[in-house]
Amino acid sequence: MTENKNQPIITVKDLSIFYKTFRAVKNVDLEIFENKITAIIGPSGCGKSTVLRSFNRMNDFIPGASIQGNILFHDKNIYDEDVDPVQVRRMIGMVFQKPNPFPKSIYENIAWGAKMNGFSGNMDDLVEKTLQDAALWDEVKDELNKNALSLSGGQQQRLCIARALAVKPEIILMDEPCSALDPIATLKIEDLMRELSHNYSIIIVTHNMQQAARASDMTAFFTMDEDRAGVMVEYGLTTQIFTNPKNKQTEDYITGRFG
Amino acid sequence: MNKNNSIFESRAQGNLKKRHRVSKIWRSSFFLSTTIGIFSLVILLFSIINQAFGYVIVENNVDPASLSSMPLQSLEREELISILQENVSKNRFKTIQRDNPVEELKRSELVGLVTSEIIKPTTLKSYFLIPSLTNKAEIIRTQQDEFPNAVVQFRSWISPSFLTDPLSTNPDTTGIRTALLGSLWIIVVTVIIAFPIGIGAAIYLEEYSSNNWLSRIIKTNIDNLAGIPSIVYGLLGLAIFVRGLNLITSGAFIGIDQSNGRTILSAALTMSLLILPLIIINAQEAIRAVPSSLRQASYGLGATRLQTIWYHVLPAAMPGILTGTILAVSRAIGETAPLILVGASSFINKDPSGLFSNFTVLPIQIYNWTTRPQAEFRNVAAASILVLLIVLLTLNTAAILLRNHFSKNKAA
Amino acid sequence: MQIAQNPLVNKLRKKPRIGENLIQAVLLICGIISVLTTIGIVFELGKESLLFFTMPGVTLKGFLTGTSWQPAIGEFGILPLLTSTLITTFFAMLIALPLGLGAAIFLSEYASPKARKTLKPALEVLAGIPTVVYGYFALTVMTPFLRLLFGSDTVQIYNMLSAGLVMGIMILPLVSSMSEDALHAVPRSLREAAFGLGATRFETAVKVVVPAALSGIIAAFIIGISRAVGETMIVAIAAGSGSAFTFNPLNAAETMTGYIARISGGDVAYDTPEYNSIFAIGMFLFLITLALNLVSRRIAARFREVYE
Ligand SMILES: Nc1ncnc2c1ncn2[C@@H]1O[C@H](COP(=O)(O)OP(=O)(O)OP(=O)(O)O)[C@@H](O)[C@H]1O
Ligand SMILES: [Mg+2]
Repeated sequence: MTENKNQPIITVKDLSIFYKTFRAVKNVDLEIFENKITAIIGPSGCGKSTVLRSFNRMNDFIPGASIQGNILFHDKNIYDEDVDPVQVRRMIGMVFQKPNPFPKSIYENIAWGAKMNGFSGNMDDLVEKTLQDAALWDEVKDELNKNALSLSGGQQQRLCIARALAVKPEIILMDEPCSALDPIATLKIEDLMRELSHNYSIIIVTHNMQQAARASDMTAFFTMDEDRAGVMVEYGLTTQIFTNPKNKQTEDYITGRFG
Repeated sequence: MNKNNSIFESRAQGNLKKRHRVSKIWRSSFFLSTTIGIFSLVILLFSIINQAFGYVIVENNVDPASLSSMPLQSLEREELISILQENVSKNRFKTIQRDNPVEELKRSELVGLVTSEIIKPTTLKSYFLIPSLTNKAEIIRTQQDEFPNAVVQFRSWISPSFLTDPLSTNPDTTGIRTALLGSLWIIVVTVIIAFPIGIGAAIYLEEYSSNNWLSRIIKTNIDNLAGIPSIVYGLLGLAIFVRGLNLITSGAFIGIDQSNGRTILSAALTMSLLILPLIIINAQEAIRAVPSSLRQASYGLGATRLQTIWYHVLPAAMPGILTGTILAVSRAIGETAPLILVGASSFINKDPSGLFSNFTVLPIQIYNWTTRPQAEFRNVAAASILVLLIVLLTLNTAAILLRNHFSKNKAA
Repeated sequence: MQIAQNPLVNKLRKKPRIGENLIQAVLLICGIISVLTTIGIVFELGKESLLFFTMPGVTLKGFLTGTSWQPAIGEFGILPLLTSTLITTFFAMLIALPLGLGAAIFLSEYASPKARKTLKPALEVLAGIPTVVYGYFALTVMTPFLRLLFGSDTVQIYNMLSAGLVMGIMILPLVSSMSEDALHAVPRSLREAAFGLGATRFETAVKVVVPAALSGIIAAFIIGISRAVGETMIVAIAAGSGSAFTFNPLNAAETMTGYIARISGGDVAYDTPEYNSIFAIGMFLFLITLALNLVSRRIAARFREVYE
């Protein structure tokens, strides 16, 4: 498995992202490795979400957003003319900060995305499998027809993860998936991420330093330049970043000395 | 210093008192402004009810007692038919048979037929509800002095047969079925046309093109259309649908023999254009209110724009869209001016039977009856207004219930 | 590096989504229909107006300055119709503006939430009543009342005053709800500042809140005027038929909309002077209301800019 380290699944080359004329992120170079959990950390407003959204072209929906540079997914630039953003999102799933299940039953929440993507197998099995993968099955197996909105926040978030899994993506992007959850629910999700990383590559944005240290393999630290553009300061193994940061800014941030 | 101060204080206090008095006076006047509107509403409703019920002095052509010893209402169908046969001319009976075979009529309809064909009541004088209640003796005296052959009856101008009888030129026997059906036809066709187009436009504006030049033009245009007087839509309908597209709107293109384009179809097309801006604006609001997290969830799963709209945005926006549509429809039901232009004015007593029928609608009848000089038509107009207001009230209540129902669901 | 093209990469390829594009095109057409409506209105009104103005004996100058409107004898001066439109509008505004603003101030500055909850829907009911019903009300209640008040010799059976006043009642809820929205948009902090300086509720409302919301209120007023100018059924029923050049509101005089309704109600033959004239008047009406709406929108936009 460690050989994968040489085989990045996403390669970011000189990425800059603009909102209209404002450059929110500049000159990012980054390699994301398969079956690893990569954490993106950094102060508020440094462009973490912006970068994450650019990985599955969710920025397309923001009027005025544009990018420069390349984001290669299996050596293919996902911003190429001939790439279908819808297909990109099918292969690179996303879990959002606030749990956002569809106002439908638990079952339908999972089945819908799979159906959309032409899943033709046994839906009941798929629902069970993904719920199990998302560590939610035992809690909801008797009430699959219950409205998803009646679940607790943590359960909702795991449902959203299950929903993303049902589409069978290769990568799962998570933007502060635990920030709306209590510590116990947070731990559950972290355990879950660890489980999932055997089969998926996970990129997670987090504000929680311990979370990044606990749960991730790789860590990228972003901060803001004088022109308010986000830049990547340091990227490496999580153990290295947290124990032996090369950059002074990184050190300040992870030790909490950051303004 | 101290002295000055106290003078100052007392003056300030006097001032303050005055200021508070002024404030109070104005408060009452603001309150009055609010209540004047509501007061007018009460007067309006009161005056309509006042004119829809009351005593009438009626003269019968034939005394009902001479037809049968029992009240007509308690007679059997066969007895009513035989009364009819005995008392109208052979030819007339044939005509009646041809229009509505008597064997198929219900008892209540037969009673109506006997009344209008034989008894032929004529209202000589009608009274409003209030004088009827307070001044009955006077009314009876008038009848005895001036119309010795007539009788005094209490009449509710709005009645089951008023709803089910066709229009007639006689205020005593007219019903509003023809107009009700006309209104119903036009509303149904209008909704069929305007609802999908309105939602389509709203989806385009909200989900596809938030801010390009074309959508800006469309948006400005819709805002302006919403402020154009309805009679201008009537002119448009007259010029384009009634006249320009005569071949289509008259039904001639499918061989329907219909001399003009003043049809249900023309009216519905005109009404569609009229309520389209309202539907679009309401639908846009409803769509905008759908949380963007729902869209993101869908797109994040690799759904296309259309799938996202169809499976998530529209269902979430539908209660709002429906509420807006009901409100637009209730506006259309009450619209009169544009339909005068597309030709609902001439007298019609045949029920509309399709897109290419000539028509009349309830508000047009109210207009026609209001402008007639005979007092009895005012009573009929008042009764029709009551029907119209009840329909509108029902619709608006439905809209409010719908909104409350769904907003409660969302909260749960 | 050259591991034969990953099959996943092929999956990323754009696939034609004909259905999606088709539907997008249909949706666009739905949006464009509204633009076509405007074009249709301008084109048809313009075309028929042109026919009207090229009729022998009709000139734009005569149309705009003539004081007699008698199509039967070829006199086409719009002033009688215009003055009666303006007079009915004037009286409508005399009712709707002060009362509408007063009601808005009461609802937004004074009323308890509970009072608001009952009073506001009642006013909304007023706004939902069809105009033909108001016409009936004008003719059967307001006019008899005015005749009782001023004497039936001075007040004609059909008169502009009655139509105007009832029109004012009809427009009142529109003005009050738009004004209330404007008052509502004024930030709380402004009110609190005024109260903090010892201002009474009335002083706060009238000297602070109303001025702050003024452009929004003016926008409401202008929309109200536009509604009154375009209103048809009330004037068609209660203001009288047959044009008359008079400034006495107690007299009968047909308005522009009333004329259009009367002429078109009588199965007018195509391409007659009457037929063309209703379009010319319609065009006039369209331009007036459009201008009023545009001005109102402009003012309202400026208002929103300040507070949103
Ligand atoms: N939709 C948008 N339009 C314009 N500017 C935006 C938009 N979204 C984000 N920005 C700007 O881009 C910059 C980066 O925002 P982003 O949300 O990516 O930061 P973040 O690192 O995720 O912050 P946080 O930790 O608070 O979530 C910020 O300056 C923000 O104001
Ligand atoms: Mg963020």
